[in-house]
Amino acid sequence: MSEPEPKPGAALRPAAPGPAKSSVLNLRVAAAVIAVVVMALMPYYLTDFWLLTGLFAMAAALGAIGLNILSGTTGQLSLGHAFFLAVGAYGYMYFSGDSGRSGTHDISGLGLPPFIALILAVLLAGAVGGLFSPISGRLRGMYLGIATLALVFIGEHVMINAHSVTGGYNGRAAEPMEFFGFTLADEDPYLEVAGVEFAKYERLWYLALALLVIGIIVARNLLRGRPGRALGAVRDSEIAAAVMGVPVARFRSMAFVVSSMYAGLAGVILALVFGRMIPEYFGLALSIDYLAMIVIGGLGSVGGAVAGAVFVTVLPQLFAHYAASLPLVVESGGDGVGPTEAARYLYGAAIVLVLLFSPGGLAGLVRRVRTPRTTPRTPARSRSAHSKEPQGAAS
Amino acid sequence: MTKLSEIVLNGLALGSVYALIALGFVVIFKASGVMNFAHASLLLLGGYVIAQLHDELGFAGALLVGVVVTAAGAGLIEMLFIRGLGKVELHVLTILTIGIDILLTTELVRRIGSDKLSLGDPWGAKSVEVFGANVAQARIAAIVVAVVLITLFFMAFRYTAWGLSMRAASEDREAAALMGVRMKRVQLVAWCVAGALAAVAAVFLTASPTPGLDRTTGFVALKAFPAAVLGGMDSALGALIGAMMIGLTEALAAGYQSDLDALGGGASGIAPYVVMILILLWRPTGLLGSKELSRV
Repeated sequence: MSEPEPKPGAALRPAAPGPAKSSVLNLRVAAAVIAVVVMALMPYYLTDFWLLTGLFAMAAALGAIGLNILSGTTGQLSLGHAFFLAVGAYGYMYFSGDSGRSGTHDISGLGLPPFIALILAVLLAGAVGGLFSPISGRLRGMYLGIATLALVFIGEHVMINAHSVTGGYNGRAAEPMEFFGFTLADEDPYLEVAGVEFAKYERLWYLALALLVIGIIVARNLLRGRPGRALGAVRDSEIAAAVMGVPVARFRSMAFVVSSMYAGLAGVILALVFGRMIPEYFGLALSIDYLAMIVIGGLGSVGGAVAGAVFVTVLPQLFAHYAASLPLVVESGGDGVGPTEAARYLYGAAIVLVLLFSPGGLAGLVRRVRTPRTTPRTPARSRSAHSKEPQGAAS
Repeated sequence: MTKLSEIVLNGLALGSVYALIALGFVVIFKASGVMNFAHASLLLLGGYVIAQLHDELGFAGALLVGVVVTAAGAGLIEMLFIRGLGKVELHVLTILTIGIDILLTTELVRRIGSDKLSLGDPWGAKSVEVFGANVAQARIAAIVVAVVLITLFFMAFRYTAWGLSMRAASEDREAAALMGVRMKRVQLVAWCVAGALAAVAAVFLTASPTPGLDRTTGFVALKAFPAAVLGGMDSALGALIGAMMIGLTEALAAGYQSDLDALGGGASGIAPYVVMILILLWRPTGLLGSKELSRV
């Protein structure tokens, strides 16, 4: 991971045309590159516990970006995101796993190379999202939300009963990822970089980071280009969008397919990290977590989705880890508020407080902090500034 | 034949409980335009208060206090969290009620722990013969109480000033406010009514033959979502029909479990959702829900 390092210096040099605008842009690119480099160095400093938390956060960020395209940008409420994560995870296990016996049941699998299995699993999740379009195309608002809720329950039932694919109630083990003989697991081959042993989590870290960066770039380009405008138009008014020539039905199902593919990718990463997935994990609570991520982060913003994902995944871990040193919190099993409960309280309180004081989520908060700096300088713009301040206008 | 009539009666009893919950959803949706995910915790709150107090106050007294506390709790949620928000996106309101649900459920589950609490209802494990079917008394009581409450509810909706304001508000909130309808009060009362209905539903959800109130009782509220949605979310009558359909489907799927082996075990748990999806495919706004009209 040494090749991105020369970039920050190069990116800081202002490009020739439009000096003011592009230096802002270059600063952002530089910040992004620095963030990636910092993330790439993390395995050298973090313990296994925090590496694991970080991996969860990165997987969650991918899933949240997907849900944000569907719910934030296109305005289709989905409580069924966990189902598409499950499709990705079990799809990967089925495509990459071998047939055999696990416990009392026969398990089937195609035994494909893991990398191919990853791509196929993502495509499968997208296809399943597309299959849902007869329903998603018809229903609006809350009706769609509850219909996707049904997807979670029906999906859980199918997963528990489809023993040969999912391993039933006890789940099934996932094959480790492998690139041309290099396995992303603890051994095979043993690897040590700069005195740090690269075990399973360190190896997976770079895979997840690479996929996350690709996912963010794809989502940004998608949302800033024509499809993004079309999706936003569909959210604001389907009739107006249709009048302007946007094929509404096609874009609505496209949003579902893309969002499911992101969810599928997140599911594959989770399967690789856990090594074993049980159907119970993909319950309603997981869907709610993802919805909480995008709402806390800020609807419609890719950066917000990532921030929300980090917030929702890291907060409970933080609490579980430092519970003993917090006031009013007792060891788990004792009388009073245990660490898991304290984390749960804080999770609920965080959702309620963020939404009460900033319905635009964390992204809205950042925008609000930025605006006052510009308003005194340009009083003429201040009247419209609070209603629609474009993201990059400040600073 | 005995089996079928037994299943149908059980289904109707289950449907009555769902109807009490689903009516709560509909009333709140009409008044505030939000699907209340905090209903599960309100249900748990009602059950918990009754379970704690029935030794001291007797069942009737505990029920009264439980209903009042739950109604007040629901009203408090409306006043503290929902009222101030004004017009925000559907997702924000939905996730906000989920957040409230998480807070309240965590507290109640911490208190309940792994116990199964009895609500001290007077029916016990006795059962009666109806049309040659053996049905638990509590189930019959559920049907009777639900019929009485729902009749009262519909009469209030039709004949009282609050009912008139509710109907006006659900037609057009802004116009109603301009006509002098006190929206704040209408919304507050709507939430209180929904809370009270949830507390009553909790009693019948935990009465015999169910073992009692435990930490998972609130989840039943999730099954009332399909009931409210397939009937049409802004139609009280639709919620009633939906609840009966869901209750009957679930009871039939459970009763004929052995014939449904091909679908895997526990198919009765997902039957409500399957029914809902099928109906929504046919009618996207539920059976009696108002069609979405848009003016260009």
